[in-house]
Amino acid sequence: MSTTPSQTVGPFYGYALPFAKGGEIAPAGHPDALAVHGYVYDGAGAPVPDALIEIWQPAPDGSRRGAPGSLRRDPVTGAVIGRSDVGFTGFGRVGTDADGHYELRTMPPGGVPYLSVIVFARGLLHHLHTRIYLPGLTDTVTDPLLAGLEPERRATLLAVAHGERLHRFDIRLQGDAEHEETVFLAFD
Amino acid sequence: MTTPLTQGRISEEIAERREAYTKAVTVGAPERSHPDRGYAPYRSSVLRHPGKPLVALHDPEAVELSGPVFGVTDVTALDHDLTRQHQGEPLGERIKVTGRVLDRDGRPVRGQLVEVWQANASGRYAHQRDDHPAPLDPNFTGVGRCLTDDQGAYEFVTVKPGAYPWRNHVNAWRPAHIHFSLFGNAFTQRLITQMYFPGDPLLAYDPILQSVTDDSARERLVAAYDHDLSTPEWSLGYRWDIVLDGPAATWIEEGR
Ligand SMILES: [Fe+2]
Repeated sequence: MSTTPSQTVGPFYGYALPFAKGGEIAPAGHPDALAVHGYVYDGAGAPVPDALIEIWQPAPDGSRRGAPGSLRRDPVTGAVIGRSDVGFTGFGRVGTDADGHYELRTMPPGGVPYLSVIVFARGLLHHLHTRIYLPGLTDTVTDPLLAGLEPERRATLLAVAHGERLHRFDIRLQGDAEHEETVFLAFD
Repeated sequence: MTTPLTQGRISEEIAERREAYTKAVTVGAPERSHPDRGYAPYRSSVLRHPGKPLVALHDPEAVELSGPVFGVTDVTALDHDLTRQHQGEPLGERIKVTGRVLDRDGRPVRGQLVEVWQANASGRYAHQRDDHPAPLDPNFTGVGRCLTDDQGAYEFVTVKPGAYPWRNHVNAWRPAHIHFSLFGNAFTQRLITQMYFPGDPLLAYDPILQSVTDDSARERLVAAYDHDLSTPEWSLGYRWDIVLDGPAATWIEEGR
């Protein structure tokens, strides 16, 4: 069938799509949780304050079935109360702040070395797929995606570890004179 | 002093891009549903699209061939009715918008999350950064959610959104639209888009809609007025079906 075209998320999704604890994918206080944070930049090197990032990943046990409840609601007030600590949903959603910064807390993905990422933004007519590869888990020689990339392109997909449980991952929607553009993916 | 960027100039660019696309298809280029990410008539796209080609990944083990799931804990019964979220009723023309979410093989996408957001009847979003001097409506937020049913159907009750100005160029106006966010059974099927209303005179002027340079693809973003969906003495009905792009792993379809 002929598919429905994409359109930009626009500037006004901020009161509709982000939800409470959207970046808290890991159960509260879990000792194995890891943090990923970074900035989204445009082709002039300016931070993008109106980007929306979604994460999808396997559970720590490798299950890709996910679980409902990312937007778990209070049945009385209707408010989003965050995920329960039972059942790993594998899904997260965070907007960038005024500095173009985002952060999330999740569990190490089971069976793969990466978190799957979709980027939406005002000005972006069709979302982009990329991946956050976690350095401790990644073998750049055997990974089917990384192995085929030039080193400077590959580097854009590798999060940088700052300590054991904190990672930095920036997203460049467009390269500039000094910075490599993030590798974005097509699936078909 | 720079010359103001007029609608006339933007409309010329829109026509140029559409002609270039039509010409390319005539000589064998593939038809495309989706907009080109670098579509200059929409000025904000210029610095926000990749300059390098996407890297094609053919990996049957890719995590993106599966996707998040949602359930009854993620929505409440009133979420699909944007006219009942406040003490009073919103102003505007009450409408029902319904349709089916399908994958590209025509199979219904069941039990998945559909999210919508929109301006009120005056063309104003309940968003801090919307400074359009049109009235806010204390009885309308403009956010809705629902899960698709076993036929892939969704339904929202709302009011028809108003057109609103924006600053792409001088005298730029967005046609009335409802923003839609959709999940398939795989992350590769994710879609965010906008639904438009038939007969809106602003459709031809809007570089965001016109970024879809394929005529029939663009028409797929416009809902159909459906008189059988209109409720006597109550509301008008629109039908809009959505077909998600992108592959899904076969193993995940088994259990659903
Ligand atoms: Fe809008």
